[in-house]
Amino acid sequence: MKKLSLKGRDWKSILSQNKPVIVLLILIVAMSIMNDRFLTWSNALTVLRQTSINAVIATGLTFAILIGGIDLSVGSVLAICGAVSAKMVASGMNIFLVILLTLMLGLGMGMVNGLFISKGRLQPFIATLGTMTLLRGFTLVYTQGKPISIFGSETSAVYSKIGTGYFLGIPIPVYIMLFVFVIAYYILRHMKIGRYTYALGSNEEATMYSGIKTDNVKIFVYGISGFLSALAGIIVTSRLGSAQPTAGSGYELDAIAAVVIGGTSMAGGIGTIFGTAIGALIIGILNNALNLLQVSSYYQGVAKGIVILIAVLLDRKQRTSR
Amino acid sequence: MDEKIVSMKNIVKEFSGVRVLDNVDFNIYKGKIMALVGENGAGKSTLMKILTGVYLKTSGDIYLEGKEVNFTTTKESQDMGVAIIHQELNLVQDLSISENIFLGREPVGKSGKIKWKQLYDESKQWLDKLGLNESPKELVKNLSVGKQQLIEIAKALSLNAKVIIMDEPTGALTISETEKLFEVVNELRSQGHSIVYISHRLNEIFQICDYVTVLRDGTLVGEKTIDELDEDKIIEMMVGRKLSEQYPRVNTILGHTVLEVKNLSNKFVKDISFELKEGEILGVAGLVGAGRTEMARSIYGVYPLDKGEILMKGKPVVIKSPKDAIKEGIAYVSEDRKSNGIVLGLNIVENVTLASLDQYVGKIGKINKSEEEKSTDSYVKSMSIKAAGTKQLLKFLSGGNQQKVALAKNLNTNPKILILDEPTRGVDVGAKKEIYELINKYKESGMSILMISSEIPEILGISDRVMVMHEGMVTGTLDIKNADQEKIMSLAVGKEVS
Ligand SMILES: Nc1ncnc2c1ncn2[C@@H]1O[C@H](COP(=O)(O)OP(=O)(O)OP(=O)(O)O)[C@@H](O)[C@H]1O
Ligand SMILES: [Mg+2]
Repeated sequence: MKKLSLKGRDWKSILSQNKPVIVLLILIVAMSIMNDRFLTWSNALTVLRQTSINAVIATGLTFAILIGGIDLSVGSVLAICGAVSAKMVASGMNIFLVILLTLMLGLGMGMVNGLFISKGRLQPFIATLGTMTLLRGFTLVYTQGKPISIFGSETSAVYSKIGTGYFLGIPIPVYIMLFVFVIAYYILRHMKIGRYTYALGSNEEATMYSGIKTDNVKIFVYGISGFLSALAGIIVTSRLGSAQPTAGSGYELDAIAAVVIGGTSMAGGIGTIFGTAIGALIIGILNNALNLLQVSSYYQGVAKGIVILIAVLLDRKQRTSR
Repeated sequence: MDEKIVSMKNIVKEFSGVRVLDNVDFNIYKGKIMALVGENGAGKSTLMKILTGVYLKTSGDIYLEGKEVNFTTTKESQDMGVAIIHQELNLVQDLSISENIFLGREPVGKSGKIKWKQLYDESKQWLDKLGLNESPKELVKNLSVGKQQLIEIAKALSLNAKVIIMDEPTGALTISETEKLFEVVNELRSQGHSIVYISHRLNEIFQICDYVTVLRDGTLVGEKTIDELDEDKIIEMMVGRKLSEQYPRVNTILGHTVLEVKNLSNKFVKDISFELKEGEILGVAGLVGAGRTEMARSIYGVYPLDKGEILMKGKPVVIKSPKDAIKEGIAYVSEDRKSNGIVLGLNIVENVTLASLDQYVGKIGKINKSEEEKSTDSYVKSMSIKAAGTKQLLKFLSGGNQQKVALAKNLNTNPKILILDEPTRGVDVGAKKEIYELINKYKESGMSILMISSEIPEILGISDRVMVMHEGMVTGTLDIKNADQEKIMSLAVGKEVS
């Protein structure tokens, strides 16, 4: 008797600790029943490829949200970095240099966010709202409102492979996404700076009292977010063959949704990269499903909103249960 | 036999399979004060949280005035006349005193507008009763921990509950504040209120309680009337054996001067100067608000200095942040563990190594987790930290065990100078002694210790010298040989001592 009930509890607790996984599974099962094109290899690859951009951004955002902050500027950083990299590619610059400079640009912008927030003592929401607006405007000025093509030099073809290429039958962005997940997981689980990220998000004052320069941690965290936004910018630009002045607008919302569905607390201190990966997949599958089911775009928003709310509510219920 | 107002029967509580209360019976008698005592982690707070609907019991029955009750929220228990003052502060820092006292039940007029005058007047009455002369409009964040504790008490009292539970209410209070509280508690009893009083200070129990219930490791040891007991008997019931000498003094030969503080001044303290030798324990006494914590934090680099110098081994050092202080070999165990001593959202290992993580990382910043685990294990053993494992989050540890982790975190930075700010607050008698023994061990190995404490017996018990502060200044330093409670108290209120 006793043993049985114990087993039942374990099974329950495993499920209850992985609510996002359950939502994901339900979504997959439901979709495979509703549409026979869903559970195919090629559709799976499409979903993963489409998820990759949001996943990369959401990974960076996970760091920001873990320290109790937020980064609204991810979409704008993506746009300006994409535009700058398109121009560099088109001018025939060495491809590695292009990528390096673009990523450094994103890193730098993120660190500036971090500076505003740490040294400038601005609220993260306000600071990144400011840079979001500023950088979007900057992108429009820089592109003069027109797309910038990546083509026109011999490196263009190589650059365009980043977003469109395949390796062993799997799209390259999927590899990038997995790589980003692994590195981020490693940083959060095994590196000093990852530990400090959780500590800062859980109790800033105690972290400071423990001799940690919390300002530096913040600058690092927003730097990562900028860096990964730039990486997403490269993927988007490469995939489309051009940098759009409005690229990435609204991306922060899907990314925040992915992070929160994945169980990361907006108050900071709690959350994992695994959760964010699941969250990003849920959003990706949802987008794909709504298209496959030919739901009108008006209703897509409604459906997505409902799923987000359900996922987050499930998670909340679990957390407050005693 | 007195009439039972609350009776809890066969209470069992498990947290994810770990049983922390095992078939506990507990009674509260009408118009009486029931003491609830036991070691850190014995389950006192958990039992009271079950009674007030904070936690749900795994099994068992609860009767209030003979009727079975099953509270699932604190609100429900409050509505039925049961109020609790939690061990940890739960105030909204950015609200005023009176807004905190009446949070969620502000007196409102027909239009829904808050009746501010009534709010302030009623709060004022409670503040007066507890001997606080702060304005009801003062923001809570500007108050000392002790005063915040009194606000928590005022909040519970203002509910006018039949049953009032006080979970270590005096932990952060001064002697005079404690006496004031006891007056209020006695008055409540004579008005027929029933009270549960949790404390690690046994003398307080004999001062005010009528009954005593003892818990050990989640089980009931017994319920007795106060006349059946004395301090030694309670301790024996708590720890299961007799305890010898509470303050184990060791006399070491003091070494060279390690720390010199010269004319330290800033907006909190004035002209503080003292020296600390190798292997010396300097006790710092004073009333709450005397600036002792502020002095410690100024040395630790939290508050900037306007004037003054800090010398380590004769060399001036610049300390602008806790990071600098730790690098110079100074550690600080905070009096306010929840807000700046520990990180509740991290586990025991992560807390123990938080201030010394550099010891565990390689070139690329990878943490060596097995080394971390090893260090933590040794503290868990030497301090007998009670937990389900080293991966348990701090928020799930009992208050006293959290305090031990805070101490371990600081010791792990290998400090030359250890500043202890109320190191045994909320720690049970057995563990207190263990902490003193630990302090002594570090003292013998040459560590210098600055121990701020409001418990004069503790100061007299283990210090080599006593420095007394009053209104941000040092009013005197006594050698332990001619220090006594009286002299310390008169220095603490700013009087001269010959
Ligand atoms: N939410 C929780 N989850 C898991 N374990 C818990 C939780 N709350 C308390 N515990 C465990 O229950 C035991 C009893 O804790 P409790 O806080 O009741 O002790 P206590 O007697 O009040 O001790 P102290 O004197 O230190 O305050 C401890 O071992 C603690 O680790
Ligand atoms: Mg307790």
